[in-house]
Amino acid sequence: MTLPRSEISAGDASVVFDAVSKRFAASGGNAAFTALNNVSLTVARGSITGIIGRSGAGKSTLIRLVNGLEKPSGGKVFVDGVDVGELDEAGLRDLRRSVGMIFQHFNLLSSRTVFGNVALPLEIAGMDRRAIERRVRPLLDLVGLADKHGRYPAELSGGQKQRIGIARALATEPKLLLSDEATSALDPETTQSILELLRRINAELGLTVLLITHEMEVVKAVTSDVAVIDKGEIVERGHTFDVFTHSKHETTRALLSGLAGSKLPEAVGRGLKPAAAIGDRAVVRLTFFGAAAERPLISQLIQSVGAEVNIIAGTIDEIGGKPYGSLVVAYGADAETSGKAERFFSENGLVTEVLGYVA
Amino acid sequence: MSPDLLLLIAKATLDTLRMVAIAGLVGSLIGLPIGIFLATSGRGELFPAPNLNRAVGLVVNATRSTPFIILVVAIIPLTRLITGTSIGTKAAIVPLTIATIPFFARLVEAAIRDIDKGLIEAARAMGATPMQIVFKVLLAEARPALTLALTMTIVSLIGYSAMVGAVGGGGLGDLGIRYGYQRFMPDVMLVVVVVLIVLVQLVQSAGDRLARRFDKRNRKT
Repeated sequence: MTLPRSEISAGDASVVFDAVSKRFAASGGNAAFTALNNVSLTVARGSITGIIGRSGAGKSTLIRLVNGLEKPSGGKVFVDGVDVGELDEAGLRDLRRSVGMIFQHFNLLSSRTVFGNVALPLEIAGMDRRAIERRVRPLLDLVGLADKHGRYPAELSGGQKQRIGIARALATEPKLLLSDEATSALDPETTQSILELLRRINAELGLTVLLITHEMEVVKAVTSDVAVIDKGEIVERGHTFDVFTHSKHETTRALLSGLAGSKLPEAVGRGLKPAAAIGDRAVVRLTFFGAAAERPLISQLIQSVGAEVNIIAGTIDEIGGKPYGSLVVAYGADAETSGKAERFFSENGLVTEVLGYVA
Repeated sequence: MSPDLLLLIAKATLDTLRMVAIAGLVGSLIGLPIGIFLATSGRGELFPAPNLNRAVGLVVNATRSTPFIILVVAIIPLTRLITGTSIGTKAAIVPLTIATIPFFARLVEAAIRDIDKGLIEAARAMGATPMQIVFKVLLAEARPALTLALTMTIVSLIGYSAMVGAVGGGGLGDLGIRYGYQRFMPDVMLVVVVVLIVLVQLVQSAGDRLARRFDKRNRKT
């Protein structure tokens, strides 16, 4: 089950959002609106935490509160125990130098070489040239672009640009990395390689990563924890595996349904009805993991239901290194069959979701 | 053409170059920070001062919309205060400089506003001060556009410098009017025009070349 993570002690927390709200005042033709409403969330130190939501859900605002690029209208944000709202401009600059950030559109300076871009935050911090040199070289090695140090961003591919963005974000040796839709402008393959790099950095440098995305694939691939945000509120949060396998909120399910293997065949999806008529069949999604994944569930299901069971869709996948399966089946919607099936599911600890009914 | 005339043309060319060089240098040095200020002092920007921004914008617009020839005579008292005289090449440099400042400032403003806001955000996220953002991000990224802006300013200055003959400013424009037009010497007029065309061509192609060298955005992979 999804556990509220607020009981994590402050010592383990990299970032704490405490009842944060953000309202934007009306300006020009835009009406006032609430981007974030009473958001509380803890980002555990050393975790890769994802915040997922549709565009306009408030996730960009949320991540910008961490390094003070936006100021909350209410509530507090703590980074390593420091109240961001209490910092003056100089304090904020110090904080920002200890928090790296990468962006959807990379935001590299076109006028600087790869080396110059990675060196920029160090120049800003006032480091001398030789120390900068010593710091930048190993970073370019880390992201695999040492041979490109004299190139300009326009000469690089999107994936290479994001690697430079990552090297730049790591230059000041931060403890926390903020990722603002860092893979949204990249193709799926490049996305995977960038995520792999983030995972390596997290493991090797012990860096906490807070990332926002609208792609479940990203959350599934790298995060240990996830929060789902919708209309400025956190609607679901917990360990990524739990949220994926026990999604409760409709927004989470909608985001999950975009994942490969989760989609119903189109013909079935079209015929789906919300209520059963006599003779209809129930379409049910079963999610199984752990011990349940190793038992011959289908044959047992057919035996205990005593009627035919159709398999409509299915996938076996891995989240955070744990295997889980998702199976969509159909069986008679009459009270007797359904009753038997439900009994079987609860006895075996399967998570079920009735998707609808078909004739 | 007589050696005397050639000498006159050479002297006029030097006068024009001198006026354009000094007015261009001083005017753009003053115009640059004004342009940066205009581009960064709106509400919610790096140096938020929306009222001062509006005030400066108003003065810039007023100066730019005053016809240059009127500006020349209108500021004669100021010219006399600065140079001690209101006629001659030295005096002409004052109105040329005054006209250059707002012209260049608006071009600088446009060049800086053209820079992706994401770069400013990235620099802020690195903990850059507003001044560091100006010098390390805005001016560096705008360098190709600023080079073209300076080129355009100098070309316009060459044109304006022809008008200061009205206050005895000297230079090629003045020579063309007094000899070419008033004394019916079309050959002098022709030479003046050709020299001006060559000057403008030289400035423009040098500026283009420099801007291209600074611009790293369109490199091939």
